[in-house]
Amino acid sequence: MRNPLSSRRYVVMGIFIAVGAIYLLRLAYLQIFDDTYTELANRNALRYVTQYPSRGLIYDRNGKLLVYNEAVYDLMVIPRQVKHIDTAEFCNLLKITKEDFVKKMEKARKYSTYAPSIFEKQISKEDFAPIQEKIYLYDGFYAQSRTLRYYPEAVACHVLGYIGEVNEEMIEKNPYYKKGDYIGMSGLEKSYEEILRGKKGSKITLVDVHNREKGSFKDGIYDTAAVAGKNLYSTIDIELQKYAEQIMANKRGCIVAIEPESGEVLCFVSAPYYDPNLLVGRVRGKNYKMLAEDISKPLFNRVLMAEYPPGSIFKIAQALIALDMGVITPNTGFACDKGLVGCHNHPSATCVRDAIKMSCNPYFYRVFQRVVQQTNPKSGKADSKYGLGLWTAAAKRMGFGVRLDIDLPNARKGFIPDTNFYNKWYPSGWNFYTIYSNSIGQGEVGVIPLQMANFAALVANRGWYITPHLVRSYGDEDKKEKYVKYGEKHYSLIPSSYWDLAVEGMWGVVHEAGGTARRAKIDDIAVCGKTGTAENIGEDHSVFICFAPMNNPKIAVAVYIENARGGGGTWAAPIASLVIEKYLKGEVERKEMEEMYMQTNPCQPLPLVRKVKPKKVHKHN
Amino acid sequence: MDRRNKNLLHNIDWWTVIIYLVLVFFGWLNVYAAVYDGDHSSIFDFSCRYGKQIIWIGAALVIALFVIILDPKFFTQSAYVIYGIFLLMLVAVLVVGSETKGAKSWFGVGDFGIQPSEFAKGATALALAKVLSSIDADFSKWRTKIASIFVIVVPMLLVFLQNDTGSALVFASFVFVLFREGLSAYVLVFGAALIVLFVSALLIDKYILVAILFALCLVAWLVIKRQSHRTKVWLFLVCFLISSAVVFAVDVVFDKGLEQHQKDRIEVLLGKKEDLKGVGYNVNQSKIAIGSGGFLGKGFLNGTQTKYNFVPEQDTDFIFCTIGEEWGFIGSSITIILFLTLCIRLVKMAERQRSKFARIYGYGVASIIFFHFFVNIGMTIGLLPVIGIPLPFISYGGSSLWAFTLLLFIFIRQDASRLELI
Repeated sequence: MRNPLSSRRYVVMGIFIAVGAIYLLRLAYLQIFDDTYTELANRNALRYVTQYPSRGLIYDRNGKLLVYNEAVYDLMVIPRQVKHIDTAEFCNLLKITKEDFVKKMEKARKYSTYAPSIFEKQISKEDFAPIQEKIYLYDGFYAQSRTLRYYPEAVACHVLGYIGEVNEEMIEKNPYYKKGDYIGMSGLEKSYEEILRGKKGSKITLVDVHNREKGSFKDGIYDTAAVAGKNLYSTIDIELQKYAEQIMANKRGCIVAIEPESGEVLCFVSAPYYDPNLLVGRVRGKNYKMLAEDISKPLFNRVLMAEYPPGSIFKIAQALIALDMGVITPNTGFACDKGLVGCHNHPSATCVRDAIKMSCNPYFYRVFQRVVQQTNPKSGKADSKYGLGLWTAAAKRMGFGVRLDIDLPNARKGFIPDTNFYNKWYPSGWNFYTIYSNSIGQGEVGVIPLQMANFAALVANRGWYITPHLVRSYGDEDKKEKYVKYGEKHYSLIPSSYWDLAVEGMWGVVHEAGGTARRAKIDDIAVCGKTGTAENIGEDHSVFICFAPMNNPKIAVAVYIENARGGGGTWAAPIASLVIEKYLKGEVERKEMEEMYMQTNPCQPLPLVRKVKPKKVHKHN
Repeated sequence: MDRRNKNLLHNIDWWTVIIYLVLVFFGWLNVYAAVYDGDHSSIFDFSCRYGKQIIWIGAALVIALFVIILDPKFFTQSAYVIYGIFLLMLVAVLVVGSETKGAKSWFGVGDFGIQPSEFAKGATALALAKVLSSIDADFSKWRTKIASIFVIVVPMLLVFLQNDTGSALVFASFVFVLFREGLSAYVLVFGAALIVLFVSALLIDKYILVAILFALCLVAWLVIKRQSHRTKVWLFLVCFLISSAVVFAVDVVFDKGLEQHQKDRIEVLLGKKEDLKGVGYNVNQSKIAIGSGGFLGKGFLNGTQTKYNFVPEQDTDFIFCTIGEEWGFIGSSITIILFLTLCIRLVKMAERQRSKFARIYGYGVASIIFFHFFVNIGMTIGLLPVIGIPLPFISYGGSSLWAFTLLLFIFIRQDASRLELI
């Protein structure tokens, strides 16, 4: 009696069940088998915010602050989330034009529509305050606080260096860095990058569809805290550095001072220099261009990169090498024969000490000749090779022609010619007469100012040096870690009695009649020094190396004044003595002299014009 | 009187009531999760939607109780009256109703609004039951066919006019009722074939499709010819011609008959258009939310996609996203199974009715609930185009909850007195 239609219930139920089954399968696919959705959901709701550690500060040797951080804000944008914003008002708020806005958005979009990129960078705290209040109105925008480096004393630009945004190449080389990160580009900022930078952390924040932060993801279990960078304690004495920079303000050249017993660099001036604050923040690009185009090359770190002819300061090395080889004795004398090489008017030197004091060119011509031609003074190319080989090795033991492993990037080696070099240079052969200019620190010899200062320290130590360096320790104030890299003494292998001889000569340079650097004399400090007058294109460079006090030296200084229209004794020596006095006494008592050397600019203006008629003829200058 | 009440309580189909209560409670939990905001978490905050939903649920329970207490004959007898009242309301809402999201379907007073179309479905189910259960009703006769189709189509058109396509489509679910009452199975097959043709025509090049159709007809004819020699060739030719005509008509219907947003939704569903930021946004975000739930879900209140508003309409039409995200495959499959169980149980209950009215009405209830379930969940998991109708008992909203409660409990009440003499 059952209605046949009632069996249709099974069709209906069948349809119900079929739909349910399809839905269950679909859900299983979406929720269990396909995990792209989890990834997409995370991309929606999780924002990975990098926690930037504060970069380590840099102090001078007396604990004075050289570099600190200041907060600025990067305005970030996620283009995909930018919707319905009042562009006019937004531009007004940021003080940009509508065209800027369009351009910046285009750039951000090009990078990624999903990932945040910097819309406007390094907005100062003051400028950011009004933006902060209204930022929530603009979907897709948020601020990220960053720090910039500031330099309270605005000195030591070439030591401190600067930081800049990483480029593609750096990111590729080191995956730690992401677009927009900062990295030390030069100076201590570069060489101590890993100590200074600390470690980035990351925070995962939940955001809603309007990009509003909604708290941390899973109570922050996946977050990592940023580890602050460690502070650096530099060897620089900021007072001395400031003083030396003041002297060099209107000059070109270098002043480098080293504490001989430790190798710690006390001041490090390459002039012209610049205010390091110029290369910070949004003005950096403009200023960098200006500095890079400056004909006097303020960005060029002369202390490490300028290979100058050392001039007569090199005679000390020559004398020591010759004494050590036994080709001369302390009492060897040579007539001042201006036929060999030009010289100024002075009595002939009868001993090494006097030769140094008077800086006699012909004397050192002879000395170098004896070094190079040890068995057959008349001729013999093979002989020259033997002698030069010994000489090259000895010069390198004094830190010339080798890279001093200072803790700054890009130090050059300088150049000490060897037999291979001359073989290539003169394929048809060479002998002493081809290379004699090196005897007085001209010719092929090239020395960077750091090597000159290091050599002064080597003399002060009577035969050894510790590689010059700029950082003593790092870490927190109460938990400094000594930087152990620099402790090893490098020996010249020349007996200290010879060094004493050189020291005496250098004392004479400053203190005795006939000495070339009488202007470097300080009444109550025994300064030992050696002048140099280096020939080159344009006016001579004025060179001086020295240390003081004579016994128990505390400071070794090298001063190099480019194109100074005068010898080492005229400019470099008195300037060096001012630096010494400042360091050892804290205050310079010779006010008149101080004023004069600060105000006068001896440097021949740029661009250089080649001297019409060279006083002395040297090859290969 | 006491005995009667005792019988009543005894005869109530408690399983259905339990499923109802579970769905309502689970729905509330998910509305709470969807709206949840760490700052305002008091569940009795009546300015929030989950707070209001508590009031709607409370009222719904009162309505349910009222319906149970009421004499079931009330609905049998006044079916046409109720139907008439709601038809009038559907007309009235077109004139004085307020507009929400492009649909003019609300009687609104301040915050409070009521949507007659929600209730009209139940009223139509009552009227349809009344029409088909009348003594002279016979579905093999045109008079009955036309009368019942008329009862369905009038409110359907009125809801269409409100611009509420989703709710209007719900009336199509009565095809199950008609089927049970004698509608030719060919109508179902024909309808299904139309849908398949429509979708194919959008996906496949028309000429290729026509070629395929020709091949299908040819094969069908050859197969059937082998079995019975009396097959007429023209039947298959007509089949082929009609279906080819449909194929070419699809373009016209699609272009002229649908509005832009409807075309977009269909094209997104068929993968012809990928616009994840624009028209495809809802469905894509919905799939992300559900898909990211994984097997076990992210846990109650831990859903990021729904809580942080990545999914639009997450407490109403897209509430299933919250379920999928926070309760995972476990939660969403349980929800599906609960709905299936409910629908199947309703069909079984309908079949056990002595009264024809009650049976037909039962089928109506099952069909409406099933259609909502089918369309709503199908949309959220990307199997159907976006059609904005709520998930019964779960989505936020007073009208919808009350309408479904009424719909269901009227039938539960009918069922409870199925053993009484008519």
